[in-house]
Amino acid sequence: MNDPIRESMLKKSKAAKRETFGKTISFLAIAVIVAVVAAIFYFVASKGISTFTQNGVNFWDFLTGSTWNPGSKGADGKPLVGALPMILGSFFVTILAAIIATPFAIAAAIFMTEVAGKKGTKILQPVIELLVGIPSVVYGFIGLSVVVPFVRSIFGGTGFGILAGTFVLFVMILPTVTSMTVDSLRSVPRHYREASYALAATRWQTIYKVILRSAMPGILTAIVFGMARAFGEALAVQMVIGNAFTVPNSLTTPASTLTSVLTMGMGNSVMGTLSNNALWSLALILLMMSLIFNLVIRWIGNKGGNTK
Amino acid sequence: MKKKILGLLTLMATMLIATGCQIKGEVMNVVGSSALQPLVESAGESFSKIHPDLYVNVQGGGTGTGLAQVQGGAVDIGNSDLYAEEKSGIDASQLTDNRVAVVGITPIINPDLKVSNLTLQQLSDIFSGKITNWKDVGGQDLPITVINRAQGSGTRVVFESAVFKNGEKAIKAQEQDSSGMVRQIVATTPGTISYSSYSYINDSVKTPAVDGVVLSHDTVVDNSWKIWAYEHMYIRKDMQKERVHEFLNFILSDDVQDNIVNKMGYIAIKDMKVEKTLDGQVKSIE
Repeated sequence: MNDPIRESMLKKSKAAKRETFGKTISFLAIAVIVAVVAAIFYFVASKGISTFTQNGVNFWDFLTGSTWNPGSKGADGKPLVGALPMILGSFFVTILAAIIATPFAIAAAIFMTEVAGKKGTKILQPVIELLVGIPSVVYGFIGLSVVVPFVRSIFGGTGFGILAGTFVLFVMILPTVTSMTVDSLRSVPRHYREASYALAATRWQTIYKVILRSAMPGILTAIVFGMARAFGEALAVQMVIGNAFTVPNSLTTPASTLTSVLTMGMGNSVMGTLSNNALWSLALILLMMSLIFNLVIRWIGNKGGNTK
Repeated sequence: MKKKILGLLTLMATMLIATGCQIKGEVMNVVGSSALQPLVESAGESFSKIHPDLYVNVQGGGTGTGLAQVQGGAVDIGNSDLYAEEKSGIDASQLTDNRVAVVGITPIINPDLKVSNLTLQQLSDIFSGKITNWKDVGGQDLPITVINRAQGSGTRVVFESAVFKNGEKAIKAQEQDSSGMVRQIVATTPGTISYSSYSYINDSVKTPAVDGVVLSHDTVVDNSWKIWAYEHMYIRKDMQKERVHEFLNFILSDDVQDNIVNKMGYIAIKDMKVEKTLDGQVKSIE
């Protein structure tokens, strides 16, 4: 009763075994990633919340207070942990950097996809990819030795501040925004362009009325992506912004961001104390913000998908 | 594909072996104060020469990290610029203090400033924001820019406790997280003042005299230079490793104190003619 055909039908084939093997491996990899993300969220959240539960800081005071000095207490006996200066600082540098970077990025992307042709792309593409690969400490160092003295010579003061941070972040997010904008312009179907030219539209009219409009969701995603990067950047900004915990009242006075406070404070505080917990609360705000940036990107993506 | 995976596995295996080789033998982990780090690194190298099977791994990270890690038992020795009692969240009764050196801390100013002497009172007024222009302390007409170290930094705590005698509060100012960064900014930015431990000073910044006294080995040992602190190496009271005690004795030996400590800009403990207690009282040693 040794039927080779029956046996081969009942036994798992080599290919099927391989498939199970592959499935298991990829499932394990995914499970590890999900577990790590969940663990990070749990850790940061549990630590960040303890400022409010254990140390009795009012959440609203934390967001709107303007004095950051976790080591000492204010006149009312409450700890001085007002995060408003850093929250404002983070938003200012992010939004300003995005505002400056966007026109440059769109212009560069249009040039690469619509104007320059293959030769121009061949030169520009590697340049932009190179910019992405430069480590942030190099940007910070250039910022410290070039941008800060430049701002100082033009606007006076020390040169440290939101303006210097904005310039550094602008260069840092420009390649990200540009290359994502290029992708979204490239994905505009060829027949859109052809139809537009067939209607006797000029190149500028085609770019402005057809290509940019239909690529809009992609461009918006690129900008938000750049903002997310700017918001989370720590080292380069910390080197040029001056790290003063004051509510920014001008672009050229020293300010601080959430990330710069975190990198500066972690080594000088002890786990479990208020100074340390307050830093975790800032980390929680950062995490929530990057979550929001992610949701916005998804939302724009979905919206773009529906109109097509 | 298979070849690639195989290659990857070999790479990982070699990396494991390579890291394994590095930590062959005993490792002693020392973490904490960046002001003390260069001294301990240098002493660790000399100690490894005597004991080739031992590797002394010295890391910075700050006074807070050093004390927290040694208290938690994560590292063997925690370096600190402060007494453990001064740091909140640390149970000093579990730790043994080893004072290994003294470090002088000096105000540093931009080299273009025409100020060569400041009084302690003037320093207090500058860092608390009462004096805001250099012309009020004998310099040119230029606004003062204060640069502080990060809150909780050992250097800052020492400096402020020496300068702020009457409970003054530091003004909100720029903060930087390392001595090197502070020195770089003060050297290049007009009108800046900050402070730094003596071991980080070089010619790029100007160090004014304080109350007419110039910082040097001899002015610190008799307390005529007032801004100084002990550098501490803390271990847990229940530390069992023989080598850790041996290393601490090695650092306190005359050989290291004379040849490494004094040469690197610190001051040997045995040279001190005065002693400073935890609450800041200074007594002369008979």
